Amino acid sequence: MSPPITSQSRYETVIGLEVHAQMRTRSKIFCGCATQFGAEANTQICPICAAFPGVLPVLNREVVNMAIKTGLAIQGQIRLLSEFSRKNYFYPDLPAGYQISQYELPIVEHGQLVIASPLDQGPKKIGITRIHMEVDAGKSLHEGIQGASWVDLNRTGTPLMEIVSEPDLRSAAEAGEYLKKLRAIVRYLGVCDGNMEEGSFRCDANVSIRLRGAPILGTRCELKNLNSIRNVMRAIDYEVERQIELIDNGDSVIQETRLWNADLNSSRAMRGKEDAHDYRYFPEPDLPPLRLTPERIAAVAATLPELPDAKAERFRTQYQLSDYDAGVLTASQELADYFEAVAQQAATLGQPNPKVAANWVMVELGGRLNKENWDIQQTPIPAHHLGQLVAMIQQGILSGKTAKELFEILFTEGGDPLQIVERKGLRQVTNSTAIEEAVDQVLAAHPEDVAQYHAGKTKVIGFLVGQIMKRTQGKANPALVNQLLQARLTRQE
Amino acid sequence: MDLSHLSLAQAADLLRKRSLSAVELTRFFLERIATDNAALNAYITVDEAGALQAAQAADDRLARGEATPLTGIPLAIKDLFCTQGLRTTCASRMLANFHPPYESTVTRRLKEAGAVVLGKTNMDEFAMGSSNETSFFGPARNPWGHDRIPGGSSGGSAAAVAAGLCLAALGTDTGGSIRQPAAMTGITGLKPTYGRVSRFGMIAFASSLDQAGPMTRSVEDAALLLQTMAGHDPLDSTSIDAPVPAYWDDLTTGVPAAERVKNMRIGIPAEYFADGLAAPVRQAVEQAIATFQDLGAHCQPVSLPCTAYAIPTYYVIAPAEASSNLARYDGVRFGHRCADPLDLRDMYARTRSEGFGAEVKRRIMLGTYVLSSGYYDAYYRKAQKVRRLIADDFRAAFAQVDLLLTPTAPETAFRIGEKNDDPVRMYLSDIFTINVNLAGLPGLSLPCGFDEHPLPIGLQLIGRPLQEATLLAAGHAFQQATDWHQRRPS
Ligand SMILES: [Zn+2]
Repeated sequence: MSPPITSQSRYETVIGLEVHAQMRTRSKIFCGCATQFGAEANTQICPICAAFPGVLPVLNREVVNMAIKTGLAIQGQIRLLSEFSRKNYFYPDLPAGYQISQYELPIVEHGQLVIASPLDQGPKKIGITRIHMEVDAGKSLHEGIQGASWVDLNRTGTPLMEIVSEPDLRSAAEAGEYLKKLRAIVRYLGVCDGNMEEGSFRCDANVSIRLRGAPILGTRCELKNLNSIRNVMRAIDYEVERQIELIDNGDSVIQETRLWNADLNSSRAMRGKEDAHDYRYFPEPDLPPLRLTPERIAAVAATLPELPDAKAERFRTQYQLSDYDAGVLTASQELADYFEAVAQQAATLGQPNPKVAANWVMVELGGRLNKENWDIQQTPIPAHHLGQLVAMIQQGILSGKTAKELFEILFTEGGDPLQIVERKGLRQVTNSTAIEEAVDQVLAAHPEDVAQYHAGKTKVIGFLVGQIMKRTQGKANPALVNQLLQARLTRQE
Repeated sequence: MDLSHLSLAQAADLLRKRSLSAVELTRFFLERIATDNAALNAYITVDEAGALQAAQAADDRLARGEATPLTGIPLAIKDLFCTQGLRTTCASRMLANFHPPYESTVTRRLKEAGAVVLGKTNMDEFAMGSSNETSFFGPARNPWGHDRIPGGSSGGSAAAVAAGLCLAALGTDTGGSIRQPAAMTGITGLKPTYGRVSRFGMIAFASSLDQAGPMTRSVEDAALLLQTMAGHDPLDSTSIDAPVPAYWDDLTTGVPAAERVKNMRIGIPAEYFADGLAAPVRQAVEQAIATFQDLGAHCQPVSLPCTAYAIPTYYVIAPAEASSNLARYDGVRFGHRCADPLDLRDMYARTRSEGFGAEVKRRIMLGTYVLSSGYYDAYYRKAQKVRRLIADDFRAAFAQVDLLLTPTAPETAFRIGEKNDDPVRMYLSDIFTINVNLAGLPGLSLPCGFDEHPLPIGLQLIGRPLQEATLLAAGHAFQQATDWHQRRPS
């Protein structure tokens, strides 16, 4: 294998992504059946899902609203006239023998997404060619069945948005950033749960390479079966290396669809260009063209929530957070809401310090949740409790050490933070007499260290502070300890 | 009393007065079917038990005084309307044992009004044909000559109405499938404006052209059925959300049709009277024009220059839609499935080879071809453009006139088997009706004479979108002035 592409490489990677996002409507796109997952096979179907003779599709208004919402969120143009088409092919889990999709006139065009580019170190605009609405197929089941296949049509009719990017992405890392951003947006909007493992947010990647500066694109391969962002990135890296090796060996890249195998960390050709279906698209005659009014679009626009970029900008100014912190905390609506609740609680208690709140949410809570493999919605600590904790640090009631102790209790057992502090005696000692006592005891117990200090080895002060903290069981205010210790040592000189 | 040729209003009157029960009327037709259907093959399925049950319910309703004019009226239904629990075959082996778990909107509305469904009528397979010869269940025959075709695709409905095997029937019309058989059998047939009647539960042939309509012995009867059938349906997104006039009430109690036809401007398109129009048909239609003039209408020549492109345009669009609409017959969920398939491909290939007849296969191949990559622009896209030009032709004509008058078909009923070897000659049977579907307009076929055999001749009135009432008024005035519609086959 050749070395991966670096910014110095002769080759440039060109990637375009197609994302299929299942929309979170209650009912299907063309009938009234429920979209819930996990029901027994073929129990959420009707003659329309099953494409019985003579039945007709009726477009779910909510699907259109969600597509408009998404289009607005990516700054796309919403077409006032769009149309549905039929994509014709035979497959047992496609009951009608055609998929109703949008082809020539999609509902959204010319959108864009700004990502933090890991290569260029700055924000980068990625064009979004189009978003169109279409219908999901059912599932064919082959495993464990002898001499037959089974078909489950429950998923048939689930609304999908296909979100197609321009070939603007230049690395696997950029592709990963783009997907994270897009997923955050659809989750913010509540139009898709963004779950790649369960297939409600699916991604195909078109990958090609070309000599740096070449005016035309190289031959591309389409990668499928990428069920996590990590797999998307791995598959792209693998594909880039494969294509470089081909070209460096004097071979050429063949246009084909390749299936990623995460276990083998490699892909294999699934079908070539010559095997590509002729889908015989034509306008769906059972559905009139979809006409929207500026009023309807404005009404949907009025329901848009604050989106990740705008929220991050606000966090930077309102809470004085760094770009990094603002980015992390706005990665999901839930995390952002949680942080704001923590910061607000601390502020209500008269101790606003958003930076401390941000650290506790990102580092302490984030790390602990990670360990449990939970996400923010599963946090056992309510935001106002963490807010109280942060406020108590600010008030000097808790030291760093006791705050962590309290945090662990809140995380594992829960309870009222103030009561826990009192019950467990976590309140920091700010009484100078008590600390002075401890200082005297420690200095008496370690005369050689005191001598070293006076000989100029001021480093030992750290050791002495540690001993004092130990003696006060970590409850002493470290600033006060330092102050008193310095004063006592100076007096000894 | 011969009940077989009652008008719907007469029958309703007898039923309401209780001088005849719905069960008696239904039994009368079931007996006629038992006697005569073997020769005509008009019905594929006769639902004796269902009909009698519905008739009994109608009698109960009549007794309660809650009847509509359709309560207890025995109807025949083309076998492509899905009828819940009652076999619906589309005259295809593919659906020979298909029992829909749902009801078409049109039949539901008629049943809710109290109509009695006698059975399901023969047709060309999947409505693809002009002679009823492509039916898997064998051809229906013309009551005016059993060696003749009854027209198609709604041939069974036409034969049943003409022969008095029902009081009225439902047909569907994609390129003339109501009007052409109506003309062939001497009855009245109305294809409403596209979208006037719901397509839900009508097995699709070509979705942008299909439309259901009444096949009756008079314009008045057609108005009564349309009044109940028409209207917006939330289950059909292409159905038109516009108020439904009380067609029948307006015709029978409103301004008299004879008054309404006075000063009506009727356009006679020159292109419909060119070579190839059989002499007796030309004569009969010219005589009808004279009748309309006698009634006070102003007949004037108009031009529809794109007429010649109708057949090629239709035979791109209709098969294209059909090739896709018929993809669902794959043997997976319902309908015919071949025995012992080797694999998926084999199942698809043999199921469809066995399940579909030759004409259906021809159109699926035609449609698949015109939609194929590389051919789409040359065929399908171009056909859609021509379709718009055809609609523009009509719009221009309707700026000058209120309705158009043409022959319904270029000749009278031909012999069974006569055109089987030449699909293009067969397709020309619909040359005067196809344009109306392409433009989505309403069209009404009326009997207007006979040739030497004698076989019936039909004239066609074409109206502006949603102007069915104008067509019905003109047609009714014509039938009040003539008796062609009262002639019966011996
Ligand atoms: Zn359904």
